Parts: sequence; C-alpha cells; structure tokens
Amino acid sequence: MDKRPAPLLREEELHTLLDGRLDAAERDALEQRLVQDPAASATLQAWQRQREALRSLHGEVLDEPVPAALLAVAGQAQHAHQQAQQGWRWGGMAAGVALAFGMGWFMHGQLQSPSSGALLARQQPVREFVHQASLAHAVYAPEVRHPVEVGSAQEEHLVQWLSKRLGRPLKLPHLNEQGYELVGGRLLPGDEGARAQFMYQNARGERVTLYLGSAPDNVGGQGSTEFRYSADGPVPGFYWVDEGFAYALSGALTRQQLLQLAQAVYHQL
Amino acid sequence: MNRQPLIDQIPALRRYARALTGDAWVADDLVQDTLERACAKWRLWLAGSDLRAWLFTIMHNLFVSQVRHRVRQGDLASPLDLAGLAEPAAPASCADSAIDLQRCLLRLPEEQRVVLLLVTLEDLSYAEVARITGVPTGTVMSRLSRARSRLQELMDASAASPARAAAESAAPSLRRLK
Repeated sequence: MDKRPAPLLREEELHTLLDGRLDAAERDALEQRLVQDPAASATLQAWQRQREALRSLHGEVLDEPVPAALLAVAGQAQHAHQQAQQGWRWGGMAAGVALAFGMGWFMHGQLQSPSSGALLARQQPVREFVHQASLAHAVYAPEVRHPVEVGSAQEEHLVQWLSKRLGRPLKLPHLNEQGYELVGGRLLPGDEGARAQFMYQNARGERVTLYLGSAPDNVGGQGSTEFRYSADGPVPGFYWVDEGFAYALSGALTRQQLLQLAQAVYHQL
Repeated sequence: MNRQPLIDQIPALRRYARALTGDAWVADDLVQDTLERACAKWRLWLAGSDLRAWLFTIMHNLFVSQVRHRVRQGDLASPLDLAGLAEPAAPASCADSAIDLQRCLLRLPEEQRVVLLLVTLEDLSYAEVARITGVPTGTVMSRLSRARSRLQELMDASAASPARAAAESAAPSLRRLK
C-alpha cells in the first residue's frame, strides 16, 4: 500500500469541486485528499461561504416580476430610438461633469475675496467642504435615471447604512411640508472621511441636495457656526456647522427658498 | 416568432447585471440594451443553440464597451466609479452585509468580477465562460482564482477593521482599468 501522502490539492481542483463540475468518483477522490490538506480545506470552506453569499446577493430579483419595460423590449423588434436615448444618456453625464469642472473654477475665483488672511485660513477647509457639496450637487442632481445609490423606498436602510459609514447616527430630515420628497442618498468621499448626500425633489422636478460629513478640524472654536450663504456659483446654497458636523443645502432656488429649507433641515437634526 | 424563451432568461440576466454593476438602474439599462440587441440580431441566433450563452455574450460585449466608453469620457458620475471608494465595515444586518459584499465585488477588476459571477451565479461551465468572455479557459481559471482570493481578502479586511472605512474613503484611488 502506498504510504506517501496524497498530493496537495491544486487550486483548479478546488474550483471544480466547489462549482460541482466533477462526477461522483472524482469528487470522492478529491474529498479524501482534502482530509489530509487542512489549508485547502479551509480555503474551500471560505470559498463555499462566499459562493453562497454571492448566490443569495440579489436572489430576490429572480422572483420579481419582469419589469414591463423589459417585457416590452423583448416583445418587439428593434426600435430606432434606442440609439438616440443612448446618446442622450452619455451626453447628459458628460454635461454634468463639464458643469462640475466649470464650477470648480468659478468657485475657486469666488473664494479669493475676503480680505483678512486669518479669516481666510480658518475658513478654507469649510470652503473646500462647500465646494465639494456644490460639485456633488452639480454632478448628481441632473441625473434622470440613477441620481442616488439607495432610493427612498429603502429609507430606513439608507439611514442605517450611511450612519455606519459616517460613523455617527444620522437623522434624515423630511422636507415634505416644504413640498420636497426624498429621492434617496449616496455615499461620497471627503477630506475628513465619508460624506453623505441626500437628494429631494418637488412636484416640478426641482432638486435640492443636503450634503453632510465631519466638519473640517479647525472650524470655529466651538465646532458650530451660523448659517452662511454661498451665492455666486451656479448652484447656491446655505451651509453651517453644528456639533462638529458640517452641512450644505444646495439647489437652484432663491436665497429665501433655500433659507427656509435649510432652517427646516436644521430644526430636524 | 415566439419570444417566450427570451422572456424566460430576463430574471437571470437582471440578477447577473445587478451584481456586476452594483446598481439596479444601470443593471436594468444593461439588460434592456441586451434585449434590444438580441431582437435586432435575432436572425443570427441559431434556433436550438444555447440561447442563454448567446444572451450573456451579448451582455458581456455591451458591458465591456460601456466600461471603455465611460473611461474615455472620464465619467465621474457613474456609481460604478464611486462604489470602490469606501472600505466596507463589519456586517451588522443582512442588508448591510449584502451591501458590503456588493462593494467588495465592485472593487474586483471587471474581468475577474465577470468570471466569478458567470461561474457562481449562472453555473456556466468554464469553457462556456471562456467563449462568452473571449479568452482561453486557462485565463478563466486564473481569473477565477484571483477573484475568489481577492474577494475573500476584501471581505475579511472589512469584517476585521470597520474603523478603516472612513480613513480609506478619504483617500480615493482611481479605478484600475485596462
């Protein structure tokens, strides 16, 4: 009888075993060798868990009814407007990006104005924050088909998820009384860590965004500021710092409308 | 012409596209484009051959060309490009762990993600995956190995150190694409 230990399993053999690509005899043979190969055994178990997690990831989609739009496409011959729509979609994104870059320059110029050097130094990080808030608004607010990562239908989950990412419990303000319904939210990168953007929309399709995240380190003495208005860019907004957290409410609205919304947000936080 | 076989494939196409892109809207757009292409090229499909493999091939080609297009346009608006920025934290609930898994998936290079998902979700043979993606079977195997190992590392790292989430998301890196 052969006393030599069985050869260690090759990765390829692990895949075939995991993916069920072997007949019974081959499987038995591999499983016997696996007993003497704890490293391969552990890898296989980890991959098995991974496989199951992946298979359940969007499993609910398999049971959902097929959306009518897709059924319609499947049921008809090619239609020409698809090309036009495709062009519109990419064109729209490109315009959003161009606007964002343009606005970067614009705000760059606008922010050079204050006379006091000390004031400038202290406000610089907040300006950066406001700048990023406006940028995020300019990029995502024009998006027609996918403006947010998590939609309002999963509001509770949205809040849990972003709270975890930002490392502090968030409260999602509602602006329904002001005529704005939640569209959803997304996670964005920022200088001090993760930032969140919530998007709202009124009946006319006008959108405002609330952008929030940890305030830049050297803001004020108390970690709080009053409302400030940033009016010169294409997307004006009010911003403020409260208990170490910075907020910016942006939208293509009048100063008075924005102030009302900002106050409504502030009172709910 | 009977379209029922086509309709029967839609749920699987949608699930795969959603895992691939991490975004329900983008995914359904991709499925829609795939169906439109399939309808346009319906005569090219040989009745009796594997409809599923044909559809996944069309979808794969569309996905690859969309990714290239996006890279050319420097498109910052795509959720795909931002999805990789945040290091996932420890799963706290079912929904959170699913989002973390999705985020880790999106950090895999496209070509690895494609192979991993076709094998895992669709149970396509390695040879079929090779045909769909247009690479040799050996390449499929090595991408599968890298995908499984890398995804495991990402998931382990995210479970071990949720505190890194904020730190890492502050240092975005551009997506790697070849």
